[in-house]
Amino acid sequence: MILRGLGLAGLAILGLKKSFGTVDVLKGIDLEIREGEFISFLGPSGCGKSTLLRCIAGLEELTEGAIQLGGREITDLPSAKRDIAMVFQNYALYPHMNVRKNMAFGLSLNGMPGVEIDTRVRNAAEILRITELLDRKPRQLSGGQRQRVAIGRAITRQPKLFLLDEPLSNLDASLRVTMRAELSALHDRLGVTMIYVTHDQVEAMTLSDRVVVLDKGRVAQFGHPLELFHRPANLFVAGFIGSPQMNFLTAKVEGQTADSITVSLNGAALTIPTLGHAPVDPARPVTLGIRPDRLEIADEGQLTGTIRLAERLGTENHLHIALSSGGSVVVITDGTHPARAGDQVKLRIPPADAHVFDADGIALPRRLDAATEALISEPEGPADPA
Amino acid sequence: MTDARRISSRRLPGLAPWLFISPWILGFFLFTLGPMIFSLIMSLHDWPVVGERKFIWFDNYTTMLTQDPRFWESLGITAKFALVFVPLNIALSFLLAVLLNVKVRGTSLFRTAFYLPSIISGVALVMIWKWIYSKDYGLLNYGLSLLGVDGPNWLGDPNWSILAIIIASLWGLGGTMLILLAGLQSIPKELYEAARVSGVPAWAQTVYITIPMLSPMLLFTFITSLISAFQQLTIALLLTKGGPTNSTYFFAMYIYDNAFKFHDMGYAAAMSWVMFLIILTLSVLVLKYSAAWVHYEGEAKGGGNG
Repeated sequence: MILRGLGLAGLAILGLKKSFGTVDVLKGIDLEIREGEFISFLGPSGCGKSTLLRCIAGLEELTEGAIQLGGREITDLPSAKRDIAMVFQNYALYPHMNVRKNMAFGLSLNGMPGVEIDTRVRNAAEILRITELLDRKPRQLSGGQRQRVAIGRAITRQPKLFLLDEPLSNLDASLRVTMRAELSALHDRLGVTMIYVTHDQVEAMTLSDRVVVLDKGRVAQFGHPLELFHRPANLFVAGFIGSPQMNFLTAKVEGQTADSITVSLNGAALTIPTLGHAPVDPARPVTLGIRPDRLEIADEGQLTGTIRLAERLGTENHLHIALSSGGSVVVITDGTHPARAGDQVKLRIPPADAHVFDADGIALPRRLDAATEALISEPEGPADPA
Repeated sequence: MTDARRISSRRLPGLAPWLFISPWILGFFLFTLGPMIFSLIMSLHDWPVVGERKFIWFDNYTTMLTQDPRFWESLGITAKFALVFVPLNIALSFLLAVLLNVKVRGTSLFRTAFYLPSIISGVALVMIWKWIYSKDYGLLNYGLSLLGVDGPNWLGDPNWSILAIIIASLWGLGGTMLILLAGLQSIPKELYEAARVSGVPAWAQTVYITIPMLSPMLLFTFITSLISAFQQLTIALLLTKGGPTNSTYFFAMYIYDNAFKFHDMGYAAAMSWVMFLIILTLSVLVLKYSAAWVHYEGEAKGGGNG
């Protein structure tokens, strides 16, 4: 509540670029992360999210740019001096050392007194409930236990910043859900800044205070998880967040005011409210986006098509529909909806639920109802345990 | 094909697997186990190359152990050689492997260069070393003279000859180096990254991560180096012929002389068996005490993923 903006342990990334030889992996990243935030780096493989994390960790040298942690320049500091701890995807436990030694190894080599190390290891073990495993070797542990040890090793360093590189991706699905909840609880308990790299949008959406979506080495959007969903900044984010994917349709601009735009789709006109937008070039086509759960099967609609495939999941149906105007969309209906493959249907697009992207793929800011607007507005700083 | 199937399936069920394994079985019995048993029988005989063979029980062994100072002398020289050669061979191979594991331009060229001596014929190698070691025309003494050092008579001085052979033998460490290099490359790089993040200095990474992770390979190379040290023959035979004044008269060379110079096959066979038992005992001892320092990644007990 007291520290706003860059807190004491806030992280600032300024104009970060990273190239491997002639390949530019990160093409200018600017981020400001507040103290105590849980941040996810989300993106498809190859978007540079792990490289960005490794740059922050000091495992990769920057090609350009700077990194500050807690107001201190750390760009050229060795990893160990950055006040960070890192958890690796494959845990990176030393297989020949027992759990206790794994956690204490780095500390003892840095000359920390044995009593202090003991206290830290015991505390970390208690937090993660691995006290009874302290004398085991990593190979005698299950995947989830190894993950806990890896996190425990990070905790003993008492860092200002935790870096987690896809820490749950080697676990099976049910364990992943459990560990997700535990990570969230751990963040609340420690109150320390965490950066979490993942390609799993569910992890990013459920764990994070804010999410950085990366696309081909650039920040596609940085915001509250629901903001990414309800107000995606561009086509990439709109298509990446949400499953099944958002439907995209090409439309023509018919007219626009300061806070609405009228487009035509197969001859039908559709006026979509915006939050106020810069004028769009009417000569170039725009993209209309509509989420599958917002498309309605109705008696009258802008689109017509034939159901090619009906996937009945119980609570909901996923209908894959080939449009008569070409292309296809996915519609989610209630699980009891009677539509079957082969049926001809009409689809209605509720204007308030439509997203409009200009010819460059940039979203026109969407006007949301008050309830949704309240949901996506950023919380007042990090969650306060008190 | 159809005949074979008919035979195996009807008249002799279970023949097929034996047929598949037969090349190895034949080779093993004819060329390994057979000669071993034969040499054991030989070692219990007075077995000249030509002439009467006489069964003499363990006379060859008792003679060797009680009445043959040359046996003990050659064994001593071999042990001295092994004591220096084995640690040096492993240490230098490890050092080279670590250097070659660094990613710099031309690494593969260096790898090939360091391995090259291992594929050159031993005889050619010895010829080169003979020239290098030559007292008056040798490369080594020429180099030393540039430093103002008057080089010794490497192959002619009993104090230097064993060192000369150790150095020449180390030239073939490419194989050991390659095994250690492969081991180094199988160590996950995240272990070092985790160590870097924790502030573990480079020396400690080597001592506490690299060496334990490499321990199975170190054990393997330790035993193979030990075996090759005890079997040392080619280089000594061609470089010094055991001289000067028997200072490089290795155990294997004594066996060789007994068999092919003194034509006493029984005695040579008995000595071979003694060498076999020595190597076996040392290997068993090394393996037994290795449990304390060798870490095997694969011996997963319990746990598993889940």
